[in-house]
Amino acid sequence: MTSAPGDRQIAVVAFAQTDHRRTSEDLSEVEMLMPVLHEVLDRTGLKTADIDFTCSGSSDYLAGRAFSFTLALDGVGAWPPISESHVEMDGAWALYEAWTKLLTGDAGTALVYSYGKSSPGSVRDVLTRQLDPYYLAPLWPDSVALAALQAQALIDAGDTDEPALAAVAARNREAATENPHAQLKEPAPQGDYLVRPLRTGDCPPIGDGAAAVVLAAGDRARELCPRPAWIRGIDHRIEAHGLGVRDLTDSPSTRLAAERAGAFERPVDTAELHAPFTAQEIVLRKALRLDDGVVVNPSGGALAAHPIMAAGLIRIGEAAARIHRGESDRALAHATSGPCLQQNLVAVLEGEPR
Amino acid sequence: MPEVLKAPLVVEFPFTRSLGPVQSAFLTGLRERVVLGVRTADGRTLVPPVEYDPVTAEDIRDLVEVAPTGTVTTWAWNHAPRRGQPLTTPFAWVLVRLDGADTALLHALDAPGPDAVHTGMRVRIRWAAERTGAITDIACFEPYDGDRAQPAGHTGEFEDPVTGIVAAARLDYTYSPGRAQTAYINALSGRRTVGERCPSCRKVYVPPRGACPTCGVATSEQVEVGPRGTVTTFCIVNIKAKNLDIEVPYVYAHIALDGADLALHGRIGGIPYDEVRMGLRVEPVWTEGSRYPDHYRPTGEPDADYDTYKELL
Repeated sequence: MTSAPGDRQIAVVAFAQTDHRRTSEDLSEVEMLMPVLHEVLDRTGLKTADIDFTCSGSSDYLAGRAFSFTLALDGVGAWPPISESHVEMDGAWALYEAWTKLLTGDAGTALVYSYGKSSPGSVRDVLTRQLDPYYLAPLWPDSVALAALQAQALIDAGDTDEPALAAVAARNREAATENPHAQLKEPAPQGDYLVRPLRTGDCPPIGDGAAAVVLAAGDRARELCPRPAWIRGIDHRIEAHGLGVRDLTDSPSTRLAAERAGAFERPVDTAELHAPFTAQEIVLRKALRLDDGVVVNPSGGALAAHPIMAAGLIRIGEAAARIHRGESDRALAHATSGPCLQQNLVAVLEGEPR
Repeated sequence: MPEVLKAPLVVEFPFTRSLGPVQSAFLTGLRERVVLGVRTADGRTLVPPVEYDPVTAEDIRDLVEVAPTGTVTTWAWNHAPRRGQPLTTPFAWVLVRLDGADTALLHALDAPGPDAVHTGMRVRIRWAAERTGAITDIACFEPYDGDRAQPAGHTGEFEDPVTGIVAAARLDYTYSPGRAQTAYINALSGRRTVGERCPSCRKVYVPPRGACPTCGVATSEQVEVGPRGTVTTFCIVNIKAKNLDIEVPYVYAHIALDGADLALHGRIGGIPYDEVRMGLRVEPVWTEGSRYPDHYRPTGEPDADYDTYKELL
């Protein structure tokens, strides 16, 4: 069962993120992260000592800095020791862990954060190290190349074409003009092929950034936030790891996660999709059965800002923030991890009737 | 603010990985120019083969030879090959379903240009001249308009099967230590040790990392500490470290510099190793051109009272 039992509801009560930038070389990871931690706590009036559980997501490979997540903990105020955990995944999966912790009743509040500093390395190459070490990693297939194979498969299947992909890019970046944190804030020419059929405009910007969310249970959530974004369901699923085993034009794992999270029980008005590459938005819209009435990626999505390891958590945060502001009543947030939408998480968030 | 420090950082790691029986047969087969798949319970043939059924997670061991020829199922043109990739000239990434297989294998296709590549095109394996039992024993694919090659029905039994691979990896970074550590390193180059004070609990951290781990707030007020300090605890090192030209035994110690609320560590010299003690007063010894103290030596002052450093242990 992956929907919250009726007697204990968990909500996102606050969200904060950095401005996402091509480089943050003037800051260490903890220096980049700390203002976001302070901002998210300030929104709720909570202090470090009021947080029952802390969970983070990051990857040392991005900046090449071993055990960077332990250094980042300095920014939380982790001494004397706190109840804390870390996933070497996007922060959306850290949020999933925190949600389960809150469901057990062991915690009433949780701080979830994640950060990614891609600027010190060559992220296209760094991401090859997450692949199957026997059959894929020795070939160094970079992240854009794998996404391009997926895009071509979609084109061959008649699901999209280059102008349609360009339209996805333009729409996301147009939406990002309203997002002060975005790295790319206006439509730009699609540019040259990076790996054909993907052009520069089909790919996410490379950059550094961080995000944080506070979760709270039941009445605690109502105290901390005028309109909590209740997590009605959340689930994550994974595809077979062999790329050649999968149908790259579909995302059955997303569909299953959405089903288990209750996404299909009633229509959503908003969807924040973690589609770093334009073609992946086509796959996700189909898997999630989103029609034109749904506002997709009002933040600009991952095509406008893509701090790796934080971009998925930001989708949940953006969806929740729209509920907090009264701009959405029922929103879907999606996060992905791995090549070609390998692993997918779907959360359904709701605000109480106004 | 002074310019941010940067330095190249190379992370290299050779992972030595063992192989399961199916992976071993497949990679040994490549060495012998034989391509093996594995059959699932529902009769599909997976190439490259895996140890467990992707749907049912059952153990699968039924090896079957497939052809070195096949069909492109999707492709992407890579006009700028990157380090480590199969070809150094522009090529197409391809997923290829080999004849006799139901799934596709990722590799490179050597073709003159994107106009020469399409989904559905026929290709064959070009074998590497030297083969070791690795996916790179396939040099790449090449266009092929001949007949389907017929597999010989190999059993998957080999003499001298490969049992592991060494996966070498190298990643290049430009490392930057951030604001607080940049200031610390810059001060060290002037032979000064500068920490940072927490605005909340007033502790001085040396070296500073930019945040107070107790209060979770930024440290920013810079405080020069030392140069003298007190040994708070120590150990005697009896094993010679690789690439380190120091006679053993020697003493490695935690040293609380005067004015610091956190001990840093350093080597103690200028005193027999068995005379070093908690409370010993020390000072840094700099060598010409060095960016940090080579070691610390006794100052000759009386030992510090335990009470003065007991909170810093």
